[in-house]
Amino acid sequence: MENAVSLAETQASKVQGVPFWRKLLKMRETGLIVIILALFVVMSFASPYFLSWANMRAMSMAFAVDGILVIGMTILLISGGIDLSVGSVTAFAMVIAGWLFLNGINPWLASGIAIALCAGIGAFQGFFVTKVGLHHFIVSLAVMVIARGACLLFTGGRPLGLFTLPPEFKFIGQGSIGPVPIVIIIFLVFVIAFDFLLRRTTMFRKVFYTGSNEKAAAYSGIRTKKVIFLTTTLCSTLCGIAGIIYMARFGSAQPTFGIGLELTVIAAAVIGGASLNGGSGSILGAILGVILLSLVSSSLALLDVSVYWQDIIRGSILLSAVTIDHYLNKRRR
Amino acid sequence: MQDDVILKISNLSKSFGPVKALRGVDFELRKGEIHAVAGENGAGKSTLMNVIDGILQPDSGEIILDGAPVTISSPTEAQRLGIGFVHQEIALCPDVSVAENIFMSRTNVSRSWLMNYEKLERDAANVFRRLSDIDASVLLRELSISNQQLVEIAKALTLDCRILILDEPTAALTENEAQTLFRIMRELADQGISIIYISHRMVEILDNCDRVSVFRDGKHIVTSDVADITPGDVVNAMVGRIVDKLYPEKQSADETSEEIILDVKNLNEGPRIRDVSFALKRGEILGIAGLIGAGRSEIARGICRLEGAATGEVWLLGEKLALRNYQDSIAKGMVYLSEDRKGDGLFLDLPISENVSALNLDQVANRLGLIRASSEISQAGDLGRKLNLKCGSLSDPVSSLSGGNQQKVALAKMLSVNPRLIFLDEPTRGVDVGAKSEIHRILRDLARSGVGIIVISSELPELIGVCDRVIVVREGRISGEVAGHDMTEENIMRLASVMDAQAVSF
Repeated sequence: MENAVSLAETQASKVQGVPFWRKLLKMRETGLIVIILALFVVMSFASPYFLSWANMRAMSMAFAVDGILVIGMTILLISGGIDLSVGSVTAFAMVIAGWLFLNGINPWLASGIAIALCAGIGAFQGFFVTKVGLHHFIVSLAVMVIARGACLLFTGGRPLGLFTLPPEFKFIGQGSIGPVPIVIIIFLVFVIAFDFLLRRTTMFRKVFYTGSNEKAAAYSGIRTKKVIFLTTTLCSTLCGIAGIIYMARFGSAQPTFGIGLELTVIAAAVIGGASLNGGSGSILGAILGVILLSLVSSSLALLDVSVYWQDIIRGSILLSAVTIDHYLNKRRR
Repeated sequence: MQDDVILKISNLSKSFGPVKALRGVDFELRKGEIHAVAGENGAGKSTLMNVIDGILQPDSGEIILDGAPVTISSPTEAQRLGIGFVHQEIALCPDVSVAENIFMSRTNVSRSWLMNYEKLERDAANVFRRLSDIDASVLLRELSISNQQLVEIAKALTLDCRILILDEPTAALTENEAQTLFRIMRELADQGISIIYISHRMVEILDNCDRVSVFRDGKHIVTSDVADITPGDVVNAMVGRIVDKLYPEKQSADETSEEIILDVKNLNEGPRIRDVSFALKRGEILGIAGLIGAGRSEIARGICRLEGAATGEVWLLGEKLALRNYQDSIAKGMVYLSEDRKGDGLFLDLPISENVSALNLDQVANRLGLIRASSEISQAGDLGRKLNLKCGSLSDPVSSLSGGNQQKVALAKMLSVNPRLIFLDEPTRGVDVGAKSEIHRILRDLARSGVGIIVISSELPELIGVCDRVIVVREGRISGEVAGHDMTEENIMRLASVMDAQAVSF
């Protein structure tokens, strides 16, 4: 601020004044990309299989569906909320759709019903948060347990084998167009669409306002309760979609799927720059966060590191990312 | 006399960014005296007290305690040196008992593993024997605000302090409770404790204190024995700047208009707004005065439908409004500038341009609801130029700006929707003198251009300097109106306070 000047004097030069590359350097996404590229280089030397097509494909399949969950979580975090139920609700969608299919319902319709039910779960949570006035954390914690219980109830605790799913349905999860898996295409469509919506639309700008300062948003005429209700519902709806894709991919519905998934998803969003206090975050950053976490996991697997170590390392990455960000933010202030 | 000076402060300065809160202040406290500190909001009283209590560190200057220079690095250090501070806001734990609250710091340093609740309550009861008949075993949240205030004072008394700072302790107390407090203060002073007493109430200062120091704009103006000074002298010292230069021209005779912008009839809302009726004419700036909590902001927020469900008629430019919520109010061109810029006025960590556009995003978006960054920047740029906003880049977060420039962003946000009427609640709170007069000039220009301007302020000089007419609110009711030469601090205070000129609040 030492070169603070009156707008009238230097308006033109100031508005476009910051060079693009400098803005780029300051962006969190750039740092993540650098780290991811560095990991790539290191790993390609460390393991001959790393750069193979099969490994690339497996890795991107691993984060693609979780990426859809991360989108919902990031938007919810930006609005100031959090959702611990994403893992359970994803499994719930899978189980409900699978169960309906086994009871003779068309798989597409069954999937539609399951996604709608997940949207309903989101609305249910949104109701308790905005109308009753409970905290997201508690409401979603309860729903996490309830949804998991419902999964076990519907399946008797055993996975539902869905071998009779029609091939065109399985295609969603298992097929490819040319060399590119459908899952990746769906993922990219979601990422591009939501990144655009979040950056450009008035609708999603209100999400930032609400999360940044709910009271100030209300004093700007924004219906903050409605915003929070909708972001909560959106997050669970995306869980439903992810659950269906997983079902198509696995050809089965697993009631115990996604235990602990919420932590990965929240970690990815936070590494990508979403703040637990609301008001900041980006889809691109969150996706880079999920890619980084997934890359680390598969690298460690390729290097024959025990799975138990993987969790320790992933947790440490989360802590370092957030700590670095905290200090960078402090200095900027 | 020189040897009973317990605390001496010399040439102390403290700045917050560009704002100089204290400029070379001297202050002297004698043993066993009650020393009143007076000054307007923003005069530097609180900053000085926070420095004495170790909450803030001075930029330069010296603090001498008992003849030896000291550095007070934290409130804990202040406590160790025997300095106790009763803050104006209640800072107690509502969910634990009164006794535990009182002895919180003793518990903190206690070496015992277990809480001895019986002893705590016994000791607390002893403290209260002198103060009031509060039951020390009840939860703090069950007490009234005034009793909570007494608990704060009791808490300070239990720390063996030699210097006790009381920041407007009587603001929430009844007359009887206040008298009890003064009696206790005198007893403490007789025991050799020195008390710094911050108050806005002239009568309290003159009746209960030994000396008074007046501050203004971060400077120490005068210190005098209470016996040697009149209330008028104190007020002059507090206000004593050349008011005419600071404020813009008032509405001239040929600018008056009979056109009514806002007409409020019989506005009611529970006990907070009672039968309020007033009108705002084109070209004038109307002020709303009153003590804190009298209902000034509630009236504005009620009219805009920001809170509550006030009944009554509101006419804007001849149209009867039926607002359901604040969105409707914005759509009709009636906006409210919040008194709490940081709390609910701005999005501090978002860019300046995104703050300015927040009231109506459709203005910077196309038909599909897509925001055009260029429109957003040029909207903020245009308004920023109009308001002489000083900033680096419009994409910097608002938190990077000074208070005055933050307020200009808040004002730009209001102006972005081309309002027909703006309520400005404390429009210059925490704003330095330069930006303050700029904002006042902007308000006058807006009024000239036909925008309705209603200013709510606790600063009487501001209301008198800026407004053409001031209505005074007391306990939710309009208790009177002053204009022209009748617009004096004395007249406004008489209307604002229950007892004539007793509760002088600036």
